[in-house]
Amino acid sequence: MNLRRARDAAIIPGLAIVLALVFGSLIVIFSSPLIFGLDLTLPLVAYKALVEGSFGSFGAVISTIVNAAPLILAGLAVGVAFKAGLFNIGAQGQFLTGGLAAAAVGAWLAHAPGPVAIPLALVAAILVGSVYGAIPGFLKAYTGAHEVVTTIMLNYIALYIVAYVVTGPLRAVGATFARTPDVGNASLPILVGGNGHLGVLFAFVAIPLAWWLLYRSTIGFEIRTVGAGPDAARYAGMRPRLLIVVTMAFCGGLAGLAGAGEILGLTGFMPAGYSTNVGFDGITVALLGQAHPIGIMFAGILLGAMRAGAPLMQIEAGVPAQMVDVLQGAILFFLTAEILVRYLFRIRAKSAKVAELQTVASSYGGQATPTQ
Amino acid sequence: MDFILHVPVIGLLLQFIGYLVGVMTTNGSLIITLSTPIALGALCGFMNERSGVVNIGIEGMMLFAAFVGWYVAALVNGGAPTSPGPLGITFPLLVGLLAAIVAGVAVSALHAWLSITVRANQIISGTIINIEALAITGYLNLLISQNPIPSAGNFQSFHVPQGVASVPVLGWLLTTFLGHGPITLTMLVLVIVLQILLFRSRWGLRTRAAGEHPRAAETLGIDVIRLRYRNVLLGGVLAGLAGAWFTLEYIGTFQGGMTNGRGFIALAALIFGRWTPIGAFGAALVFGIADALGQAVSFNPPSGDLGAVLSGVPEQVFSALPYLVTIIVLAGVVGRSIPPAADGQPYEREAKAT
Repeated sequence: MNLRRARDAAIIPGLAIVLALVFGSLIVIFSSPLIFGLDLTLPLVAYKALVEGSFGSFGAVISTIVNAAPLILAGLAVGVAFKAGLFNIGAQGQFLTGGLAAAAVGAWLAHAPGPVAIPLALVAAILVGSVYGAIPGFLKAYTGAHEVVTTIMLNYIALYIVAYVVTGPLRAVGATFARTPDVGNASLPILVGGNGHLGVLFAFVAIPLAWWLLYRSTIGFEIRTVGAGPDAARYAGMRPRLLIVVTMAFCGGLAGLAGAGEILGLTGFMPAGYSTNVGFDGITVALLGQAHPIGIMFAGILLGAMRAGAPLMQIEAGVPAQMVDVLQGAILFFLTAEILVRYLFRIRAKSAKVAELQTVASSYGGQATPTQ
Repeated sequence: MDFILHVPVIGLLLQFIGYLVGVMTTNGSLIITLSTPIALGALCGFMNERSGVVNIGIEGMMLFAAFVGWYVAALVNGGAPTSPGPLGITFPLLVGLLAAIVAGVAVSALHAWLSITVRANQIISGTIINIEALAITGYLNLLISQNPIPSAGNFQSFHVPQGVASVPVLGWLLTTFLGHGPITLTMLVLVIVLQILLFRSRWGLRTRAAGEHPRAAETLGIDVIRLRYRNVLLGGVLAGLAGAWFTLEYIGTFQGGMTNGRGFIALAALIFGRWTPIGAFGAALVFGIADALGQAVSFNPPSGDLGAVLSGVPEQVFSALPYLVTIIVLAGVVGRSIPPAADGQPYEREAKAT
C-alpha cells in the first residue's frame, strides 16, 4: 500500500527528470558548434561523465553526499515553508547570512577548544538564519508584503552584507584576497573520505526531524492547517500570523545551518565573493521532492550527484558545469507542466496532485494576508 | 562612529535633502535612464496582472531577451564596422532589438501556457522562468566567451541642440526627458499610451474586467482566455524591450545575471504605482533615484559635514538601497495597494451543459 503510494508520488518527478535530460541533451547538441563543431554523441559522453563523477567511485559517492547535504537542508527550508503556504525563495540569503555568522564566530573562537567553538558557531548560524528568515515572515504576516519579492530582495541585501563584512570589519589580516580569518578549531571534523565532514550528518538528522515536526507534532499540524487555509486555522483557534513568522524562522534556521556546514566543513572561511546556488537549488529540491521530507532527501541526493559529477563532465566532455543549472530549470518546468508529461507518456490523470503546492499563495499584495 | 553624534542631526538632514534635490536635478536624465528597465518591466507586469495573470518571471524574461538581443545583434554585425544613423541606430542593432522582443514574447508564451492553459501555480511558473533564464543565458554566455565575438555596440542618446538646451527650465526639461536612446524614449511614450488605453479604450475596459471578475466578463461575451493570452504575449514585447535596454542601449554587452533583480523591483514599482502605468512609472523613478544616489555619492560626493558622514557609510549600503526601498514599499509604509481581484487565479470556463 505504502509502496504503491510512493511509486505514484515518484512517477511524475521521475519522468520530469527523464524529459529534462532529453531537453538538456538538445541544448548540448545545439550549442556544441560554439566550442568544437556539431557533435551528436556529446550528451552521452557528458551524462556518462556526470554519472561517473557522482557514483563511479567511493570518493565520488562521498562527494555526492557532501554536495547533497546543504541541498537537503535548503530543500527543507523551502519545503517546510510550502506546507505553511509560503514560498521561501530567500533560502539563499538565509544560507549566506548563516554562513557569515558561522565564519565570524568560528574565527573569533578559532583557538578555543573544538567542543566549545563548533556548537557556538553552529548556534550563531542557526540564529542569524532564523532572524533573516523571520523578517520576510513578519512582513508577510503583519503588512501583507509578499514573501516572494521580499525574500528575493533580502537575497541581494545578504550579498552586500557579506561583501561589506568580509571586506571591512572581518577581513583577515595578511590574506591575499578579501576573506574572513580561518575558523581554526571551529572547523567540523572530517568523518569519512577526503571531505565527508560532520555537517553532512545534520542534513540527515534534519530529515526525520522535519518529518516529525510536520506530521507528528501539534505545531506541524497547525503549520499545515495554516497552509491549507489561514482563515480556517484562525477559526480553529490557531494564530496564523505567529505561525507564519515561526515557520519562516525555522526554515531560515535550516538554511543558516546549511551555510554553517559549508563554511565550517568545507572552506574554513568566508571569501568576499562567496558564490553559491544552494538557496535556489533548494527550490528545485523542494518541488522535486514534492515538499515531503523523504522526497526532499532523494531530490537532494539527485541534485547533489549532479553537482558532484559536473566537474568531471566539464573535463571529459567540455560541457560547462552550468549545464546542471539548465537541467534543474528543465526538471522544474516539466514538473509544473505535469499535463505535458502525462500526455507524452500516456499516463492517466489521477488525484495524485501535489496538493501542497496549490496552497502557495497565488497572488500577492494586500489580499493574501490572513486577517487577524 | 563617535563623530556622528556630534553633528547636529537636523542640519545634516537638511543638507542631505538639499543634496538629494541636487542629485535629482543634475542627474534627472540618469534617473530616467536607470528607471527604464524598471518601468518597462512594470508595464509588462501591468499587462499581465490587469488581466489576471501574476508574473514574477519578468526578471527571467528580461535577462533572456537581453542575451538574445545582444547575441543576435553581434552575429548580424559580424564584427564589421558600421556607420550608425541617428540615435546610433544600425541594422544589426535593429535586428537585435527585434530578436530581443521575439525572445520576450517566446518566454511569455511559456508563462501564458503554464498559467492560463495548464493552470499551474503562476508564482511557481514565474520562478521556473527566472531559474531557467539565469541558467541558460549563463551557460551559453560561457560557451560564447570561449570564442568571443565583438558586440554590435549600442544605441546612443538623442542630443538636444546646444541652443535649446541652454534655455532655462525648458532646456532642462528637454534634455532630461528627450536626451535618451530609442528604448527609453519608447518607454516614455508607452507609459502615456497605455495609461490612456487602460481607462479610455474597449481593450482597457475588457482587460480590467478580466482581471477583476473574469466570470462576469465572460458572461458579457469577452473571451477571457484569449484576452489573457494576448495581454501576456504583449507583455512579453515590453519585457523584451526592457531586456534590450540592458545590452543594446545602456551597457552594450552581456554579463551573466546582469538584470540584477530589476524585474522584481519592477513588480514592487507596479504595486507602489497601484497597477497603473503612470503610477508605475512614478514608482520606477523612485528606484531610479535610489540607484542614481549611489552613483552620485561615489562619483560626486557632497562636501562639508554631510560629505564626512556619507564617506563613513559603506558603499554597499548605497548598492543595497534599491532593494531596501523595495521592501519598505512592499511593507506598505506608503499605504495599502489593492491588486486586481482575480490576480493570480487561473480562469476555468464553466462546463457546458449537455
